[in-house]
Amino acid sequence: MSLFTAENLSVSFGGIRAVDGVSFDVDNGEVFTIIGPNGAGKTTIFNLVSRIYNPTGGRLMFDGADITAVAPHKIAALGIARTFQNIELFEHATLLQNLLLARHAHKRSGFFSELLFLPSVRRMEIEHRAAVEHVIDFLDLQQYRDSLIVNLPYGVRKVTELARALCTNPKLLLLDEPSSGLNVEETEDMAFWIQDIKTVLGITVLMVEHDMTLVSAVSDRVLALNYGKPLAIGTPRQVQNHPDVARAYLGG
Amino acid sequence: MCQFTTGPHSALTALNSCSYCRRTRRHQIARHKGWKLVTFLQLTLNGLAVGCIYGLVALGFVLIYKATELVNFAQGDLLMLGAFVAYMAVVWWKLDYWVAFLISGVLVAAFGALLDAVVLRRVIGQPQFAVVMLTIGLGSIFRTFASVTWGSEIYTLPTPFGGVTTIGGVTLSHQYLSIVAGTFLLCGVLYLFFTYTRIGIAMQATSQNQLAAYYMGIPVKLIFSLIWAISAGVAAAAGILLSPVTLIDTNMGFAVALKAFAAAVLGGFGSIPGALVGGIIIGLIELYAGAALSEGLKNTAPYIVMLVVLAIRPQGLFGTLARKKV
Amino acid sequence: MRFLFKTSYEQDIRLFRDRTDAFWYGLLALLVLALPFAIDEYYVGETSWVFIYALCGLSLMVLVGYTGLVSLGHAAFLGIGAYAHAYFLQLGLPWVISMVLAVAITTAAGFVVGLPALRMTGIYLAIATLAFAVIIQEVFSRWESVTHGFAGMPVGKPIIFGISFDDDRSFYYLCLFFLLIALWLTRNLLRAPTGRAWIAIRDSEIAAQSMGVYLAIYKSFSFAYSAGLMGLAGALFAHKIAYLAPDIFTILLSIQFLLLVIVGGLGSLHGAVFGAIFVALLPPLIAILRDSIPDSLASFAAATGIPPIGSLGAAIGAFLAKPGVEAGIFGLILVLVILLEPLGIYGRWLKIKLFFSTFPMYKKATFKRQKSYMRSERLR
Repeated sequence: MSLFTAENLSVSFGGIRAVDGVSFDVDNGEVFTIIGPNGAGKTTIFNLVSRIYNPTGGRLMFDGADITAVAPHKIAALGIARTFQNIELFEHATLLQNLLLARHAHKRSGFFSELLFLPSVRRMEIEHRAAVEHVIDFLDLQQYRDSLIVNLPYGVRKVTELARALCTNPKLLLLDEPSSGLNVEETEDMAFWIQDIKTVLGITVLMVEHDMTLVSAVSDRVLALNYGKPLAIGTPRQVQNHPDVARAYLGG
Repeated sequence: MCQFTTGPHSALTALNSCSYCRRTRRHQIARHKGWKLVTFLQLTLNGLAVGCIYGLVALGFVLIYKATELVNFAQGDLLMLGAFVAYMAVVWWKLDYWVAFLISGVLVAAFGALLDAVVLRRVIGQPQFAVVMLTIGLGSIFRTFASVTWGSEIYTLPTPFGGVTTIGGVTLSHQYLSIVAGTFLLCGVLYLFFTYTRIGIAMQATSQNQLAAYYMGIPVKLIFSLIWAISAGVAAAAGILLSPVTLIDTNMGFAVALKAFAAAVLGGFGSIPGALVGGIIIGLIELYAGAALSEGLKNTAPYIVMLVVLAIRPQGLFGTLARKKV
Repeated sequence: MRFLFKTSYEQDIRLFRDRTDAFWYGLLALLVLALPFAIDEYYVGETSWVFIYALCGLSLMVLVGYTGLVSLGHAAFLGIGAYAHAYFLQLGLPWVISMVLAVAITTAAGFVVGLPALRMTGIYLAIATLAFAVIIQEVFSRWESVTHGFAGMPVGKPIIFGISFDDDRSFYYLCLFFLLIALWLTRNLLRAPTGRAWIAIRDSEIAAQSMGVYLAIYKSFSFAYSAGLMGLAGALFAHKIAYLAPDIFTILLSIQFLLLVIVGGLGSLHGAVFGAIFVALLPPLIAILRDSIPDSLASFAAATGIPPIGSLGAAIGAFLAKPGVEAGIFGLILVLVILLEPLGIYGRWLKIKLFFSTFPMYKKATFKRQKSYMRSERLR
């Protein structure tokens, strides 16, 4: 059962076709990875799905609905969460505030009740905090709870990105290069977490990655891109052995 | 006494930026019934002159912004300092006008470079808003310094551009012609400098990509100081050219800076030709509005136009909309 | 050193961190309430100015400190609130109704100004607000039927429900009351999702959108709420200054408010209050110094037998007496604060508290922030 489908997706920036006729679908509960050299259009696809960019062609279907024209701030409520390649955390807020912000899509209080901080708002705050604690436990972030993001090391920030995306209670999680900048130990942790996200939390994962060991370890299916065009799609082994992919990407 | 209130075109030549008229608020506006070509040409010339001043100050803003991403809210006060130094050279030290022009330009330029080296270099990396407030504070200090050093009254700078030429009914004041000529001369020199000299090209490189400039061996900090020097020098020149029109006082820079901002924003903050074009547009609007509309609208017409342009095209006429790449 | 052992979510949510904090704030509240009975009537009046400025600072703190939208023309909203309130009082409306209407009108104006702000960023927004302020100032001068233009508009003392607040002491309590309400309301917003959404907009708009924050609504609300607070301050300002004129609400006043929030400490409610204390009390302080320095240095010179000290004192006194020096001193302090203590008075207060609580293991680098150099880092 396909949770997310991209049909013939294209976007051009001026004369450059960043994404050119890419089609793929992501089944419910699988980990789908997009690989490709730098500049292949991987993050651009993510930006299209998050609706930061508008596609010049093609369609995006999520959970049976067409989301090609949905406004960017409505995507989180639909159930799509993403992490950013270059860490877009809220630097001058604490980790806890970052995670609580992810609950914003599930906010049910209006301005005036917040202005007076009515008991209903207080109750909802406690609910949000309880929900966020589950994620903090899952990713072992307890000791950083009240630290400002500016004070945290890079590895912890990467994990916080993941935590923040998880706090939105997504059905589809977009991970943009989750292991970039992490050492071997941290990458192994990330691999375990992605597997837990898939099996324990039941969230579908769409991932962009360069680290082929991580890709082979966690992915169910892989799509290889080059210059915005799809090269091959299949299991990690099939894609790695594909001649086009070897030529373009792995230097074979 | 405003030297233009007694002429036949007093309404048009004594601009709303004339400090005496603004102060007494007894400015008589001659109503011209109906448009005549002569009137229109007169307005256009005067608007061009005023616009050139705004354009020069806006040019200073944009030069600094392009290089360092800082907005220098003290630009107007550098203009004021330039005017005062020239006044001091001519009236106190009894020097020739052109010598005073040169001295003022060089001194204020050196001061601008010093500002960059001593003060601005320390705040690189702080959020933009903090640096903007820093320059506002500096402007305040300059105004007080001027008030303490030279006095808080209105002063006149004697210039060699007295008199008018009349061509076909259109009165060309030599002061105004000097402003336009001076602006185009200055802009021409700057254009040649940036395009054909090594330092100019190095400046362009630095403003586009600091890190790459460092790698190419360009002394980036020195270049920044030079850009500040040029910017301050341009402001000083604008101040000296403006002095005969608005007379010199400590607040002359502030009013001009506000309109020059509008000009820079209108042209698009990253664009040097945009600054000039924006300045001239603002100047023309001010003059046309002053002749055709009521007093209140005359003062605010440039800002209203700027707001309309920003609403339709937020990046100004020549600017580009930058978006963070995620 | 105080350790906070958290056992419930309530501890994060409630107004005061723990019993000790509540105690100290309570003590401060008692001090402030008792102040009018302890000091001279003149200083009570000056402290009312502190409260009004604190309201203005709070307004700008919400917009600039928490949402990250710079406004260079906020004095315009102060003027709108002041003139609206004065106008409705003149029409004979009861004080409370007039005040509510003034705040409502200013809030609506803030919302209107916020709409085009949705499309503009950074410096463009700042200059657009500047243009707006110039236009509003012109409106104050020209709309004579409402504002009496340059002739000015006298404003009487407040009469609320028949009680007249015409002396300094009662007005002090009135201003304090409104300041406390405003602080409470703002604190409520800041500990609720709205406040977090504002901080998100300040730090990273794109990430905020991905988390479901509708930028347009929150930016507009920030402008509207900020303007509303300014309207409230404006109504009190009108009573305090007693005579409204268009050339009170200038760009220079807006800049003074920005100075207030920066010197106080951007990004905290305490900063608004600290900044207000600074801005309201500096001019009287300068006046006192101007009068007392020449005499005290002269007597010091006579006592120690060094005449130059006496002439130095006279020179300082003469310098401080010149026109326009106050603005220069404000500018100098602003420059020094940004260069030396960017976190403002509140930042320095936090550092001092940390120093004493972690003595002798205080590390200066605790507050060091990473600077952003690359151009792309500046775009939010």
